[in-house]
Amino acid sequence: MNQTLSYDNLFKLLTAIIAASAAVILIVNAYTLSTGALPVLQRFGGYFFIGTQWNPVPGREIFGALPYLLGTLVTSAIALLIGVPLSLGIAIFLVEMAPKTVKVPISYLVELLAAVPSVIYGLWGLFVFRFWILNYIETPLSTYLGWIPVFSGTPFGLDVFSAGVILAIMIIPTVSSVSREVIQAVPDSLREAAYSIGATKWEVTRHWVLSYGRSGIFGAVILGLGRAVGETMAVTMVIGNAIGPAAVPTSLFKPSQTMSSLIANGFLEATPASLELPAYIGVGLILLLLALSINIIAHMMVTRVLKVKGGGAVE
Amino acid sequence: MSETPSKDKMQCNGLSAWFGSKQALKNINLTVKANSVTAIIGPSGCGKSTLVRCFNRMHELIPNSKIEGKVLLDGENIYADHVDPVLIRRRVGMVFQKPNPFPTMSIYDNVAAGLKLTGVKKGKNLDDIVKQSLEKAHLWDEVKDDLKKSGTSISGGQQQRLCIARAIALQPEVILMDEPCSALDPIATAKIEELIVSLKRDYTVVVVTHNMQQAARVSDFTAFLYLGQLVEYGATISVFENPKSELTEKYITGKFG
Repeated sequence: MNQTLSYDNLFKLLTAIIAASAAVILIVNAYTLSTGALPVLQRFGGYFFIGTQWNPVPGREIFGALPYLLGTLVTSAIALLIGVPLSLGIAIFLVEMAPKTVKVPISYLVELLAAVPSVIYGLWGLFVFRFWILNYIETPLSTYLGWIPVFSGTPFGLDVFSAGVILAIMIIPTVSSVSREVIQAVPDSLREAAYSIGATKWEVTRHWVLSYGRSGIFGAVILGLGRAVGETMAVTMVIGNAIGPAAVPTSLFKPSQTMSSLIANGFLEATPASLELPAYIGVGLILLLLALSINIIAHMMVTRVLKVKGGGAVE
Repeated sequence: MSETPSKDKMQCNGLSAWFGSKQALKNINLTVKANSVTAIIGPSGCGKSTLVRCFNRMHELIPNSKIEGKVLLDGENIYADHVDPVLIRRRVGMVFQKPNPFPTMSIYDNVAAGLKLTGVKKGKNLDDIVKQSLEKAHLWDEVKDDLKKSGTSISGGQQQRLCIARAIALQPEVILMDEPCSALDPIATAKIEELIVSLKRDYTVVVVTHNMQQAARVSDFTAFLYLGQLVEYGATISVFENPKSELTEKYITGKFG
């Protein structure tokens, strides 16, 4: 009896250590980034967050991360604007309309999109997709609406907009499968009640299903945002990789840079023993903080929905 | 009651219904009289819920369901091609087994939801209909100070009366109730039963129940369904006191079910 107990305790301890390693990795990560970035933060202080210059030449060093922070936020926003409606459409179709014979293969295919390595999206974007975007979207928009600042500049397909569209495709699996789960969790009794007072399918979906699942869907969107913010490879290949003030995303049709693509492009070639390396680490720290806060918010939203469901608001 | 002839409100002619390949109703012929309470009784799985769901075209919302035959509302087939099920559901309201008020809406909005869909704007008119509906559902006095509270913040029995008010607000002609008391305690049940009897002044009520005493207490007519077939249908008194079918007699005396 005692022996079983002690084995159990040992087992408990082992699993606890393994579980704790996740937290340890995160803490070590954050610590390394903070200490690594310290020289740059000490030297430039607030400028590192709001400055636009980026010059690694020893003696004339200056580092401001603002263009890349903006690049990340703008490309992610485009990804959400395009990706979320598509994902919701997929989720609503799969739960509310599709017959089972269609539902299963389509759900599977959509989830397979997540299995495509991001470098493949990048290659496809670089060699194929950019020309579609250039010929059918960017050129007409800049010809006719070029006077609007966000459409200004001469498009060539490797820019903020292309990166945003690629990201939109990449967040679809996440957003659509989480919102599909959320919509599926909406109790049928709620739909029936709405139908019984003469609501159409559109009204049931819009006023009841989406409203009941709204915080879960919001969570799905934030998870997608987390993916878009952290994505590196595909973005690096299509965003044009501008640097310094030129990277500030003032127009959709301008090359820019995100935090992750900046790090991926520059890290290996950073001048040793200069402030360049700490600068990249500092950008990494900002990225980590942004991604962490996004994921924490998403987690809180999604668990709130599941709690409502478990508490039995309706069923 | 059967002596006083009143108008035929709803009628099934040769109604059969399926879930996939499973047939749930077999050739049902039944007439529901206006301003009466008709009870549908029978053991679990006999098709009684399916039958009422055919009365407001809710059955067809289930994937792979199928229907044959006719259901007439005031002599008009509600399954005719040109008929919009949305309009039928406004004329034939429904109350479900478990109280299912809209959890994200206030008590007021629960009652007003159907009317808002028809385009009724906020204002005195809507306020009046909400108040009248809650009064007719015997709920007004209990919730009049809490109209802004969530529809799920009240007790189960109150929630069920709220669902009845929600159906009433659309001023339907028929109200279908699918075992409305099965999730409620005896006191809440008594209130709903009292309400059912009072509703027939203005509406035609069809109530599904597995509780035979309840059928005997509230209904004017009773239909006994068994394995998807209508075994017996007639005035409640004669069905209970003098059943024609041996099967009915066995069921109401509790020999099976």
